[in-house]
Amino acid sequence: MLHIVACIKQVPDTKIIKMNPKTNTMDRASAPAILNPYDAHAVEEAVRIKNRYGGTVSVLTMGPPPAVKAIKKCIEIGADEGYMISDRKFAGADTLATSYALTKALEKIQKITPVDLILCGKMTIDGDTGQVGPGIARRLDIPPLTSVKKVEEVNQDAGHIIVHRKIEDGHEVIKSSLPCLLSVEKEINEVPYSPFPNMIKAARYEPNIWSVDDLEDVDIKQLGLKGSPTIVAKVWAPPKPEGGKMLEGSTNEQVDQILSVILEKKELFDAKGGS
Amino acid sequence: MNLEDYHGVWVFIEEQEGTIAPVSLELLGAGRRLADKRGVELAGVIIGNQVKPLASTVFEYGADVVYVYDQTIFKDYRTESYMKALLHCCETYKPEIILFGATSTGKDLASAVATDLPTGLTADTTELDVEEDTGLLLASRPAFGGNIMATILCKKYRPQMATVRPKVMKALEAETGRTGKLVEEKIDIKEEDIRTKVLDIVKATTKKVRIDEADIIVSGGKGLGSEEGFQLIHRLAETLGGAVGASRDVVEAGWIEHHHQVGQTGVTVTPKIYFAIGISGAIQHLVGMKNSSMIIAINKDPEAPIFEACHYGIVGDAFEIIPLLIEQFSQALEKEEVNHVGEV
Ligand SMILES: Cc1cc2nc3c(=O)[nH]c(=O)nc-3n(C[C@H](O)[C@H](O)[C@H](O)COP(=O)(O)OP(=O)(O)OC[C@H]3O[C@@H](n4cnc5c(N)ncnc54)[C@H](O)[C@@H]3O)c2cc1C
Ligand SMILES: Cc1cc2nc3c(=O)[nH]c(=O)nc-3n(C[C@H](O)[C@H](O)[C@H](O)COP(=O)(O)OP(=O)(O)OC[C@H]3O[C@@H](n4cnc5c(N)ncnc54)[C@H](O)[C@@H]3O)c2cc1C
Repeated sequence: MLHIVACIKQVPDTKIIKMNPKTNTMDRASAPAILNPYDAHAVEEAVRIKNRYGGTVSVLTMGPPPAVKAIKKCIEIGADEGYMISDRKFAGADTLATSYALTKALEKIQKITPVDLILCGKMTIDGDTGQVGPGIARRLDIPPLTSVKKVEEVNQDAGHIIVHRKIEDGHEVIKSSLPCLLSVEKEINEVPYSPFPNMIKAARYEPNIWSVDDLEDVDIKQLGLKGSPTIVAKVWAPPKPEGGKMLEGSTNEQVDQILSVILEKKELFDAKGGS
Repeated sequence: MNLEDYHGVWVFIEEQEGTIAPVSLELLGAGRRLADKRGVELAGVIIGNQVKPLASTVFEYGADVVYVYDQTIFKDYRTESYMKALLHCCETYKPEIILFGATSTGKDLASAVATDLPTGLTADTTELDVEEDTGLLLASRPAFGGNIMATILCKKYRPQMATVRPKVMKALEAETGRTGKLVEEKIDIKEEDIRTKVLDIVKATTKKVRIDEADIIVSGGKGLGSEEGFQLIHRLAETLGGAVGASRDVVEAGWIEHHHQVGQTGVTVTPKIYFAIGISGAIQHLVGMKNSSMIIAINKDPEAPIFEACHYGIVGDAFEIIPLLIEQFSQALEKEEVNHVGEV
C-alpha cells in the first residue's frame, strides 16, 4: 500500500490583501487565510493516486495553530491523516530552515508508516519561491521532480514512477525510482467540490500536532530565524507606474491618434507593409 | 566559513540542444556589472554533452572564465547529475555569487545546490546590486503575489545564490572574438547512481507563440466578456502581426491557454508595443508587462488602475474600438504599400 504525504501551507489570500500605504507593510488581518491553492492540487493528486492504486494520504504542515484549518480543508479533499508542526522555534524560517524542519517531521512520519511519495505544490502564493520541495528532497536524499504536470504511472512493486515534467517549450517524460518528491503544477488536475461525508469527517478531525521537542535529532541552530541564511532586509511597495497620456476626442479621433503612434514604430511593420 | 575565501561572480549557463537560453546571456550582462563593481572575475559554468563549443559565446557575452563539464552523462538535464557537477565546481573554485535563470531547470538546480552547500537562495529576483566593499548581494524580488517588493540578503553564508527572472536583465552586445580562460573539468558519476531517467522529450506540438519574444502583443482581459468576445483580440493581433496575451482571469476562464498569460505567475514580456484591452491592471499583471516600451490601454472604466501604468489610454468600449483599429490599420498599411509601389 502506498503512503503518500502532501506538504501544505496556510497562506494569506494575496488577491485580497491590503497594503498599509503609510508603512508599506501588509495588513495581514485584511486577508483571509486559505490553503495555498497549489497545495490543493498536490493533495488532490495524492488522493487520485490513492484511488487508482490504493494507499493512504497524509498531509503535513508547519505553521501557527490556526493552520489546523488548512489541514481540515485537505481532509475535505480526501486526505486521511494530518500532521502539524507548530512551535515558536520554527518562526522566521526561510526555505532552507523550512525544508529542514519539515524533513525532521517527515522522518518521524516515516517511522510510523514508511513514505513512498511526497507531493508539494509548485510554490506558495505568499513567499512564492518554489524552493521548499527540492530542499526536502535533497535532505531526505530522494530525487526531486519539479514542474510535474502529469503522473502517468506509479508502480510500487517495481519501485518506480513515471511523470511528465513541464519544460520551457514542451515536457519531459521522466522515470524515477521511489521514493521521490514531486512539485506539481496547477494544470495537473482540477480540484472538485468536496463530497459531503468528507466535510463531516473534516469538521470532526483532530490532527497530530508536534512541537520541536516531539521531533528527534533536531539541531536547534538550523531552525527558524537562526537557521535561515537569507534575511528580508527591506520591504517596499512596488513603485507606482507613472500615469500615461489619456487620449481625448471622439472614439474615431482617439483611434486615429493611436494609429499614428503605432505607425511611428514603422520598422515593426516594414516586413508586413512592404511584402 | 571564511567569507574571504570566496571570489568571483558565476552564471549557470543553461543550454538545450546546443543553444544557450537567452536568460543566461542576460545574466552574463548583469553578472558583468556585479563583477566589475567588485573587481573580480565573471565566470560561466556550462554542464552538458558536447557543449564545449558554447564557451566562445559565453566569452563574447562578457565572461572572463568558463568552466565546462562536457560528458555524455550530462546529455539530459537531471537534478542529481547536474547538481553534483556544480557542487564539485563550487568546492573547487569557491565563488562568492552564483546566478541562475528562474526557469524550470534553473530553479530546480539552484534549489538543490543551495540545500546541499548549504546556503541562502533568493527566488525570482528582478533587481540585483552588490555592495562594493563587503560583497553583499542585494537581491530584490516581488513577493505576496507582487503586492510587495523585498530585498533579500545572505550575510553569513557563501556563495550567495539567486534565481533571476528571464527578460528583466539586459544582455551585453556580443563582442566578437572576445575570449577568456577555458577550464575543463570532469567528475566521476555512473549512470547507475542516478535515480531518474529522461524517457522522452516532447516538444509542444501546437506552434506555440513565444510571447516573451514578440515585438507586438495584444493582450485581452475579462472585459472581453466571453471566449467569443476574446476572438477580437486574436483578430487585432493578426492584423498587427503580433502575439496574443491574456490576463490570468482569462486563462482561468479557459478562453486561452496558460502560455499566453502575462504576469507574476505567467510570462514576463518586453515588447515594443503592448496593448492591454479590457484588463483592469492588477499588480500581478503589471509586473509582467511594465517594461514594455509602449503600453496602450483600452478600458471602459476611467478609474481602472491600468491607466496608471500605460503610456496612452483610451476610455471606451473594446467592442467599438477594436474593429475600428483593425479597419483603420489595414487601410493605413494598404496606403503604405501603394506608396512603396509608387516609389519604385
Ligand atoms: C517577502 C518575502 C520574501 C522571501 N523571499 C525568500 C527567498 O527569496 N528565499 C528564501 O529562501 N526564503 C524567502 N522567504 C521566506 C519563505 O517565504 C519562507 O521560507 C516560507 O516559509 C517557505 O517558502 P515559500 O512560502 O516560498 O514556499 P515554496 O517553496 O514556494 O513552497 C513550495 C511548496 O512547499 C511546501 N511548503 C512550503 N512551506 C510549507 C510549510 N510551512 N509547511 C508545509 N509545506 C510547505 C508546499 O507544498 C508548497 O506548495 C521570503 C519571505 C518573505 C516574507
Ligand atoms: C498569486 C497571484 C498571482 C497572479 N498572477 C497573475 C498573472 O500572472 N497575470 C494576471 O493577469 N493576473 C494574475 N493574477 C490575478 C490578478 O490579481 C487579477 O485578478 C487579474 O489580472 C484580473 O484580470 P482582468 O484584468 O482580465 O479582469 P478584471 O479585473 O475583471 O478586469 C476586467 C476589466 O475590463 C474592463 N471592461 C469590461 N468591459 C469592457 C469593455 N466592453 N471594453 C473595455 N473594457 C472593459 C473593466 O472595466 C475591468 O477593468 C494573480 C493573482 C494572484 C493572487
